[in-house]
Amino acid sequence: MGAPHPASAVRIRDLVVCFGDHIILDQLSLDVRTGEILGFVGGSGSGKSVLLRSVIGLLPKRQGTIEVLGIDRDRADDAALHALERRWGVLFQRGALFSSLTALQNVQFPMRENLCLSARLLRDVALAKLEMVGLDARDADKLPSELSGGMTKRVALARALALDPELVFLDEPTSGLDPIAAGEFDELIRTLQQTLGLTVFMVTHDLESLRSVCDRVAALADGRVIAIGTISDMRRSTHPWMQAYFQGKRSHILATPPITGA
Amino acid sequence: MLLSLGRRDDGGVELVAAGAWTAPNAAELERLVQGMTADSFAAGAGTLNLSGIERIDTYGALLLDRLLLAWKARGQNLGVVGAAGRHQGLLREVHGLTRPRPPEPAPRGADQIPLALEHLGRSVSDKGRNLVTLINMVGALGLAIVGVLRQPTKFRLTSAVHQLDRVAWQAVPIILLITFLIGGIIAQQGFFHFRKFGADEYVVDMVGILVLREIGVLIVAIMVAGRSGSSYTAELGSMKMREEIDALRTMGFDPVEILLLPRAIALVLALPLLTFLGAMAALSGGGTVAWLYGGMDPSIFIARLREAISLTHFEVGLIKAPFMALAIGAVACAEGLTVQGSAESLGFRTTACVVKSIFLVIVLDGLFAMFFASIGM
Repeated sequence: MGAPHPASAVRIRDLVVCFGDHIILDQLSLDVRTGEILGFVGGSGSGKSVLLRSVIGLLPKRQGTIEVLGIDRDRADDAALHALERRWGVLFQRGALFSSLTALQNVQFPMRENLCLSARLLRDVALAKLEMVGLDARDADKLPSELSGGMTKRVALARALALDPELVFLDEPTSGLDPIAAGEFDELIRTLQQTLGLTVFMVTHDLESLRSVCDRVAALADGRVIAIGTISDMRRSTHPWMQAYFQGKRSHILATPPITGA
Repeated sequence: MLLSLGRRDDGGVELVAAGAWTAPNAAELERLVQGMTADSFAAGAGTLNLSGIERIDTYGALLLDRLLLAWKARGQNLGVVGAAGRHQGLLREVHGLTRPRPPEPAPRGADQIPLALEHLGRSVSDKGRNLVTLINMVGALGLAIVGVLRQPTKFRLTSAVHQLDRVAWQAVPIILLITFLIGGIIAQQGFFHFRKFGADEYVVDMVGILVLREIGVLIVAIMVAGRSGSSYTAELGSMKMREEIDALRTMGFDPVEILLLPRAIALVLALPLLTFLGAMAALSGGGTVAWLYGGMDPSIFIARLREAISLTHFEVGLIKAPFMALAIGAVACAEGLTVQGSAESLGFRTTACVVKSIFLVIVLDGLFAMFFASIGM
């Protein structure tokens, strides 16, 4: 973990991603500052998930550079990439839990592979992670097929946090959760961010989480970041999509002042 | 030094934690903590100084918490001093988690004999349940056929044709190749052994009767079970996993009618066709080997074949095919629908489908052999 801590946890320059002739991301540039929670919004199909997947290396890019935690994927060798992958956690939209492992084993999987721990500590840490994300220890031995949608998401978050990463990518973390659970989730992300100095890159549609946890918000439209700044900056934007998103019917919750983190 | 023990001026202990209390150091930290929480370690009340900690994560916080709990369990006070503001949130969070944790599940293997008995019992009852599921599936398919006969517009013709293309047309090359080779191998073995007592001519009888009655249909049915049965199970299983089948049901459609019947019908049509092609290919293979290896002219081979076989042999082979196809289809569908949520279960069911359908094909072949023998065919 002796790697340098650059000011930007993620640095994207002139990123172009295409599917065939269809350009999804067009010369996109974005910085995620170390230690911040960046909310990322955009209409359905605007390429939010594509951006996320390009950053974590699941999708090939056509041009541009992506630096994550100071490491450029194109220039890094396999060992450096592997080390990098241990320093981030990813929460997939549908959880992507390993279906043949129990919830507890799912959380233990990255620990077991990357750290050399005693069985007792392995179990303790994994249970602690599960409890942190609001799961009961009784659910720990359930298989993913026996978990509800919200529980799946929590286990997936616990797995993403298993190695106490420096950077977490969350793809719609609160979708499918009830408002109370979503609120707890937001608070949890806040706590973790403050205690671990975590950087969070969060794709979300949840206006409430944008308001309560995100330090900054970036909006994606037409393959580019059209605006980036605090939530109040967003509300002042004149872009029609931004107007619709941040001043629309459901945006009244933004009017109340944000709860400052614990 | 990550964790060290000292004495304060007033006689109390002072534990000093320092450095990086993070995941990469977790194994060493645990060892240190283990040493201090052991029953033999009697230190007395004191303080835990955290001011030297540079970084801490859940692993470190959890281990620190273990220290505190151990002191608490001994009834001694261990006050925390010097925790940095940014670390306090995490320490509080970890400390607030539910205690005590449920005990670790006891390791298995203590009672081997009861376990083995339990396993045996479970597998027997599973076999029984499997049989019921299979009979249920045949019944459901039968019911769907009756429904379709009553109201022919309900039949999914497009789907059935598509399936027929997959299981029959696309299977033709591999079936032809395999049966051609099998026919050739049988003929070669026949020549090799029959030649010793000058019975070369009877090789044609053996190839003809064996291929038409038994081998042709068996090889083709086994190929189809491995090729199409497994793909049916995998398809239906993954549809089951993703709740597509439940979705069909809630929209008022009958999955048996929409998904299973076209597949089963395609198999029932495909297997006789493939058996016919396979038998022809096997006879050609036999003929080719007879010509090249046995020195028997193709015209003589065909003439001998005409004497050796009759329509009955041909019928015996073909009659079995649709029944074997039905068995394969029913097993594949039944297994596909019993897939549970996990990827492992999908793999297990696909294997089970192939094993069971091949087993059933062979059992059916045996039953038919007895039946045909008793009616003199």
